[in-house]
Amino acid sequence: MDPVFLSRLQFAAATMFHFLFVPLTLGLSVLIAYMETKYARTGDTVYLRMTKFWGKLFLINFSLGVVTGITLEFQFGTNWSRYSEYVGDVFGSLLAIEASVAFFLESTFIGIWIFGWKKLSAKAHAGVMWLVAIAGNFSAIWILLANGFMQNPVGYAIQNGRAEMVDFIALITNKHGWLEIIHVVPSALLLGAFFIMGVSAYHLLKKQHIEIFQRSFKIGLIVGLVTALWLGISGDMHGVNVSKTQPAKLAAMEAHWETQTRAPIIMFAVPDQEQEKNLIEIGSLPGLLSFLGFHDFNAEVKGLRDFPKEERPPVLPTFIGFRTMVGLGTLFILLMLYGWTRRNKLMESPMFLKIMFWSIPLPYLAIEMGWVVSEVGRQPWIVYGLMKTTAAASPIATSQVFISLIGFILVYGLLGAVGFYLIAKSIKEGPEAETN
Amino acid sequence: MELQSIWFFLWGLLWAVFFLTDGFDFGIGTIYPFAGKTDRDKRVMLNAMGPLWDGNEVWLITAGGVTFAAFPKVYATMFSSLYTPLMLILFALIFRGVSLHFRGKIDTPGWKKLWDTFIFLGSFLPALLFGVAFANIFAGIPFDNEGLYHGNTLKLLNPYGLLGGLLFVLLFILHGANWMAIKATGDLQKRVVGISAKTWLILVPVAVIFLIASYFATDLYANYFKYPLLFGIILVAVGALFATRFFSAKQAWFKAWFASALTIMGCTFFGIAGLFPALFPSSMNPDWDLTAFNASSSPLTLKIMLGVVLVFIPIVICYQVWAYHLFKDPITDEDLGMDEAY
Repeated sequence: MDPVFLSRLQFAAATMFHFLFVPLTLGLSVLIAYMETKYARTGDTVYLRMTKFWGKLFLINFSLGVVTGITLEFQFGTNWSRYSEYVGDVFGSLLAIEASVAFFLESTFIGIWIFGWKKLSAKAHAGVMWLVAIAGNFSAIWILLANGFMQNPVGYAIQNGRAEMVDFIALITNKHGWLEIIHVVPSALLLGAFFIMGVSAYHLLKKQHIEIFQRSFKIGLIVGLVTALWLGISGDMHGVNVSKTQPAKLAAMEAHWETQTRAPIIMFAVPDQEQEKNLIEIGSLPGLLSFLGFHDFNAEVKGLRDFPKEERPPVLPTFIGFRTMVGLGTLFILLMLYGWTRRNKLMESPMFLKIMFWSIPLPYLAIEMGWVVSEVGRQPWIVYGLMKTTAAASPIATSQVFISLIGFILVYGLLGAVGFYLIAKSIKEGPEAETN
Repeated sequence: MELQSIWFFLWGLLWAVFFLTDGFDFGIGTIYPFAGKTDRDKRVMLNAMGPLWDGNEVWLITAGGVTFAAFPKVYATMFSSLYTPLMLILFALIFRGVSLHFRGKIDTPGWKKLWDTFIFLGSFLPALLFGVAFANIFAGIPFDNEGLYHGNTLKLLNPYGLLGGLLFVLLFILHGANWMAIKATGDLQKRVVGISAKTWLILVPVAVIFLIASYFATDLYANYFKYPLLFGIILVAVGALFATRFFSAKQAWFKAWFASALTIMGCTFFGIAGLFPALFPSSMNPDWDLTAFNASSSPLTLKIMLGVVLVFIPIVICYQVWAYHLFKDPITDEDLGMDEAY
């Protein structure tokens, strides 16, 4: 086994695990800030109990998100030192800015929020939650701009044997980065909304704490409906951009081998990277891929065979990832549209509530698959068109990476199990009683 | 002063602030199993750092991020060379962070004991390893002109490295015990004050030995002999160390805590001033040292980052000072009774 492969595995495991907690943290923070503001304005204690109940779940997630995020920053130095040296001038700045302008704010004020109930007025305390929510999402923006550079490098020039920054404005107005931001940040809200609806459904089905969970569910439903629709639109904007800037990724997303006009979308396929074709293809919709990529049914879409073999991304995971994400996105829209018709009859809709409860894992899956498409589809490049992943790894012993990878799997496995258990336990316990 | 020199000292400052803020969290976690006799004691100790440790830890992230942005070559070489110790530190920090949150979630002795162990290890190990790592950096790390590391992790545990580890652990214990003297009452306060006094007695000879050992194990003093004014840093560190004891004896806990903070600051800058201009010296050949001048980012990046840091770090300091001010009072039963408390 080579250290590059192991480092990739380690980074993928660390990022995907980190990203089980971050989107919920981001999404919930905004929704909780809204609930607490309602409480601060009206004095209605139902909103206070809501804030505390969702806040407890939020905090378990927050702590896991933060501690797993620290390892990510340092892995660029430990495992990808050649990358860090080559693009640190550009990429490193974005991470440093994230820490000093956003992460500090979030981490300092979360401590104040947790321990400051008696020290601050209700309004100031709600304000603190808004700071946490805004800082968290602001932090995501900087990280996505950093990822945007890896996807679509801009604002740099190769000087002194490395990529040096020549245009900071280009870097922070990177179109690819902003398309990610307008897709990924709302996807966290969607996840937060689905989480709230699913957990609320659990209690509503048990007919307990009805007041709290009906209100929570409705907040989730409105946010879920708006974000589900928006994710469809922003996803499409993303697709059009990818077809221009990363044509090989587009071809891999669709298992599209032959360059052709009126390129079809294949509903289901089993791509074979070795034989450069799909073993099975079912349900071909002519012209739809051309339309998806270029908003023109007759546009020519470049096929994978027209890319050098060593510049083709792994097709199978990209293809499956994309299918899963889009399929789930469509399902979310349908669920939310249906939910809207039931918004005042939740207690009479046990079937819908059950579906929403069992849907809790689905946005997680959609988000993780989105990252698979984005990151696996970018391969073999670590910075698209500029640096190959194989050239980016640290010159370190395989055994070191191997041992740390095992460490990651054990530690994260344990944390995941405990975290899941505590979240499930808190959900079951429900909110504090009224008198408290 | 050149842009690179400014960045060199900012880099040192960020590490120093990390050590003096998260340092007392590490210290509290290290004395946690010894000072915390009852569950209430333990909870007081955890809640003493509860509102602050998260924000403190970000100084590490920022120190790392700034190394990446301003000195990418140092970032790359330092963290890939010190791969195993850094991974250990990161895992320890993970466990410390989640343990604080997890401990109180289930009320059984076994559960609490498990996370208690991790709180101790998650505080003691980073304190020790940061000391070992920095002492080794002071002495030079075996890497070549390609940035390729030629040492192994066990070699980091040489006498000078371990001495540095011991120094850090003691500094953080003193600093943590001083913070606990502010936040605790009754028997617990007496115990932490006792720990502070005993630690001080051990720390003084260890610090002296470290200063002498540095003469033989490192080239840190070269700068000092060139610019004797720099000896002022050592005087400040030593003076602050004695002030700690002085204020403790007068039961001026806050002043004692400020003095131990200044001691940590002085100790870090003792190394930083000696290293200049190297951030990461090579023990194989001084020509391969990574310095502020041969390992920095482009002038444009340094300028932009300087703007960002000069605007935002003071703001961060303002709201962190406010947070400290908000949580400066001793922990009461009412604090412990809140459902969010640890």
